[in-house]
Amino acid sequence: MSYRSIVWVLALILLVPIAVFLIYAFAQGWFFPALWPERWDRALFLRQLADPQLRRAFGQSLVIATGVSGLALMLGYPAARVLELQAFRGRGLIYGLFFLPTVVPSVATGIGLNIVFLRLGLAGTLFGVMLVHLIPVLPYVVLTLGSSLARYDRNYELQAAVLGASPWFVFWRVSVPMLLPSLVVAGVLAFLISWSQYVLSLLIGGGQIITLPMLLFSAASGGNQSLIASLSLIFIAPLLLLLGLVARYLGSPATGATPRP
Amino acid sequence: MAKSRRWLGLAPASIIMLGLFGGSLGYGIAQSLGWLPFLGQRQLSLAAYRNVLAGEQLGGQWWQALLFSLWVSLAATLGSALICLGLLSSIAERQQQYRGLSTISNLHLAIPHSVWAMALLLVLSQSGIFARIGFALGWLDQPSDFPVLVRDRWGIGIIVAYITKEVPFLLLMGLASLRQQGREYLLVAQSLGANRWQRVRLVLWPLLAPSLIGGSLLVFSFIFGAYEVPALVGVRYPEMLATMALELFLNPDLHARAEGMAVSLLMSLIILLVIGLAWRWRRAEQQP
Repeated sequence: MSYRSIVWVLALILLVPIAVFLIYAFAQGWFFPALWPERWDRALFLRQLADPQLRRAFGQSLVIATGVSGLALMLGYPAARVLELQAFRGRGLIYGLFFLPTVVPSVATGIGLNIVFLRLGLAGTLFGVMLVHLIPVLPYVVLTLGSSLARYDRNYELQAAVLGASPWFVFWRVSVPMLLPSLVVAGVLAFLISWSQYVLSLLIGGGQIITLPMLLFSAASGGNQSLIASLSLIFIAPLLLLLGLVARYLGSPATGATPRP
Repeated sequence: MAKSRRWLGLAPASIIMLGLFGGSLGYGIAQSLGWLPFLGQRQLSLAAYRNVLAGEQLGGQWWQALLFSLWVSLAATLGSALICLGLLSSIAERQQQYRGLSTISNLHLAIPHSVWAMALLLVLSQSGIFARIGFALGWLDQPSDFPVLVRDRWGIGIIVAYITKEVPFLLLMGLASLRQQGREYLLVAQSLGANRWQRVRLVLWPLLAPSLIGGSLLVFSFIFGAYEVPALVGVRYPEMLATMALELFLNPDLHARAEGMAVSLLMSLIILLVIGLAWRWRRAEQQP
């Protein structure tokens, strides 16, 4: 296959599900052998958008994913700096600590933490769910920022410091602008991983916290196809928006976006 | 000074990771050994493991689920790795820049696994879009003429979902090593008279192998332990280990929790073994 056709096929694989969801979400009375819906109707989709349960789930997902992404950046940036810019004993060990949660299934970590979080009174709280989302999120933030810091020239910071800039000034006016693409991409990755999390939210949310993936799962077992399609569209809309905004950074190696299975 | 600042930077993230991960592991092991204080049960035993591995009811279920998980993970991993290798070898010689491919592969992140599984359900089910097209073309007379491709007993729906999702991931892993010097090596080999097959085998494969094998291991371990896709496009029987573990854990009978925990720990152990072996093998390769 030629390069162009591979890119086109991949683009198609991305667009087809979106088109399928759009058709199913807006088709009206589209029974089996019909190839194309006879009528279109926005009513069900609009009813979904107005549904209080969906609005609540969307809001909670949004709060959780935004919070997780902020927390992960605040915790991950200093850690990635130390790991990448300094040589010390035990560096491999710490990297291992951040690598392990990327391979241990979230079913296992979630089941294990279920009781701990109940004991600590964190089960069923937004903060508890955010905290547990850090397990799959934080490693990707650290790895992404780390691989971008590996190409980072610290001398700019030293230069500013030599000229009398305070550490805070250096951070805001030198480090952040230079690392901005990587910070933004890491934040988007964090949002995305948290937004798509089902198992951990279920096990720690304890029925109190309802997120979008949970609604999707219950729709899937219900089998109403237009409901499934509407929910899927609502689910991926913010992700498409965010990734579209950072798309031009994603392809560049300097950003260091760590791929995820 | 430098030392304390170093720990100041690392400590918060590491402590949170260690606390959450260690806590989950510790409580997980304790529960799997039958330490269920909320049931007033504090005696440790290996009963849960015995039930899971050799019990009358669960034993059969465990081995079935293990085999099914291995089948699904191996088929999906091999499938996506071979497709990725094929794609990369067909473009590596002519292409200098991979920006477009890399961007589009990254954009695939916008569709999470669960949503992707839903799309497959709508497209591939017996009354889905493909079945409608087949009907319009006169290939089938009723929905049941269409092959069962999702929620099927061979896990085809799960495997298809993962292959289509993991090819972009493996492409990204492969591109990272191809971008550095791939084309130059291939051109040198070509000018020295290597034919196409020799170039793939002797130049491209050694170049891509570390990242593709590493990526495939991540894919394998991810698929082996993931819950969402098998829960959405799989069937109850045969099921994968992750669904078995979670169902046991969520069972209204709280005694099944120990067994659910045992299943999930054994599953994680298998993943860690695979990763550990691969790591040792790679280290041995690097030190001839």
